[in-house]
Amino acid sequence: MTLHPMGIELLQLILLPLLAPAFAGWVKIVKCRMQGRTAPGILQPYRDIRRLFNKDVVLADNASWIFRVTPYLAFGVTLMTAGIIPLISVDLPLAATADIIALVMLFAIVRFFTALAGMDIGTAFGGMGSSREMMISSLAEPAMLMAIFTVSLASSSTSLPQMVSVMANGHFMIRPSLAFSLIAFILIALAETGRIPVDNPATHLELTMIHEAMILEYSGRYLALIEWAGMMKLMVFFSLGIAAFLPWGIAGSGEPLSLLLRGLYFVAKLAVGGVVMVLIETGLAKMRIFRLPEYLGSAFLLATLGMIAFFILE
Amino acid sequence: MSTELVIQLNTLLAAMILLTSFALLVQRRMFAILHIFAWQGFFLGLSTAVIGFATGEHHLYISSLLTLVMKVILLPYILYTLIHKLKIHREIESVMNTPATMLAGIGLVIFSYHLTAPVRQLSTLMTRSTLAVALATVMLGLLMMVTRRHAVSQIIGFLAMENGLFFAATSATYGMPMVVELGVALDLLIAAFIFGIFFFHINTTFDSLDVDQMAKLKETD
Repeated sequence: MTLHPMGIELLQLILLPLLAPAFAGWVKIVKCRMQGRTAPGILQPYRDIRRLFNKDVVLADNASWIFRVTPYLAFGVTLMTAGIIPLISVDLPLAATADIIALVMLFAIVRFFTALAGMDIGTAFGGMGSSREMMISSLAEPAMLMAIFTVSLASSSTSLPQMVSVMANGHFMIRPSLAFSLIAFILIALAETGRIPVDNPATHLELTMIHEAMILEYSGRYLALIEWAGMMKLMVFFSLGIAAFLPWGIAGSGEPLSLLLRGLYFVAKLAVGGVVMVLIETGLAKMRIFRLPEYLGSAFLLATLGMIAFFILE
Repeated sequence: MSTELVIQLNTLLAAMILLTSFALLVQRRMFAILHIFAWQGFFLGLSTAVIGFATGEHHLYISSLLTLVMKVILLPYILYTLIHKLKIHREIESVMNTPATMLAGIGLVIFSYHLTAPVRQLSTLMTRSTLAVALATVMLGLLMMVTRRHAVSQIIGFLAMENGLFFAATSATYGMPMVVELGVALDLLIAAFIFGIFFFHINTTFDSLDVDQMAKLKETD
């Protein structure tokens, strides 16, 4: 018995929202261990989300439709990315509808509306958070595209499943270009998901928060959706990194047993990736915001070097 | 070890040399610059040894050893003691537009790629593709000398240029004759001593190693 590709597609769409809070919980557990604190359980993010869903929404009087739509939009668009990123299979029918550039644009849509929603209420923090977020993303986005393009060049396609199957089936080669773009991708992923050298997800200190400042006015189910979307985004970035740079074991047939095996493999890769991220986060201090252009500039430099190395050396 | 793997290894080392050149370009702390310079020498020596192994040119082992001793141990050590004696190890270079410098560096890399394209087409050596990196390293060293104001980092830019020339020699012709290489190594060593003497003089005369100070004609502001 084999599962229809559309079925696998559906499976991925269910897998992402279900697994994302657990992954966020895992990251938190590893981080607590690293810092010598007692960790909450891996189920804590699920409990947080349920608690927020049960709470009432407090809405400002002057909130417009943008403010109310944004949480649903952020959640829905982030969920959509699970349809085109190969998590457990490369045989994705929906992947033909959007390639890697469209994927970056999907993230941009979420960011655009979150930034608008941050300014919508008119509080000072929201506007500050939005302007900071836009500054970071305007620098991170070109670097992200450059890093991904290097992988596209190496596999001569911009369609993600195609890239993955070429990369996974190619014979082993030492490729400095991919190493450079992997480092660039990690730097950008830390910036885009608001992790430590760029933003601190655990703080609500006025001077340092970026993402948290934008969503400060949200409460109840809106906040639950936004937080959930944030967790999903973290996992999507990890999946993207795994798919583009460590694709071994993703491709395969649609048999349930093989699918299960690949699912476990994927979860194992995620878990290791989470530990690596926590190691990076624990080793670094948060940067001053005006040092960020330099940080993202070096990410862009690395991505470009990767591309140049591809042309010059390979 | 197959030829294919050797070429890939050499490519990787070339990429690392390029990366260290960029790191030198943007690093501001004195000791970090020194460390990166030592790493660049290390990759250079390793790459020379790899080429020597692949081509069977055994004199390359000697120049590899020479590079490792000179550029990883001796020169960084001399500069290290200098920095310590002049008490500038805490110094951080002042304003430098890092993103613009990086972009200029990327431009230089592309320029050297174009410049070496004819050579690459004519050459049959297995190291022909790294020639562009070698030329880029020379140009990035030059760029470092132009953008920096501190005498010590300018010297390191100069030494990085020499690294690039050495790498160009190994990738274009499998290395210069032994006599030339020994001569260059001796020259470098003597240059390092002369730099040291100059640093002391500049430091005692101007109380700083910032070369902008030398542009002043009057002794008082």
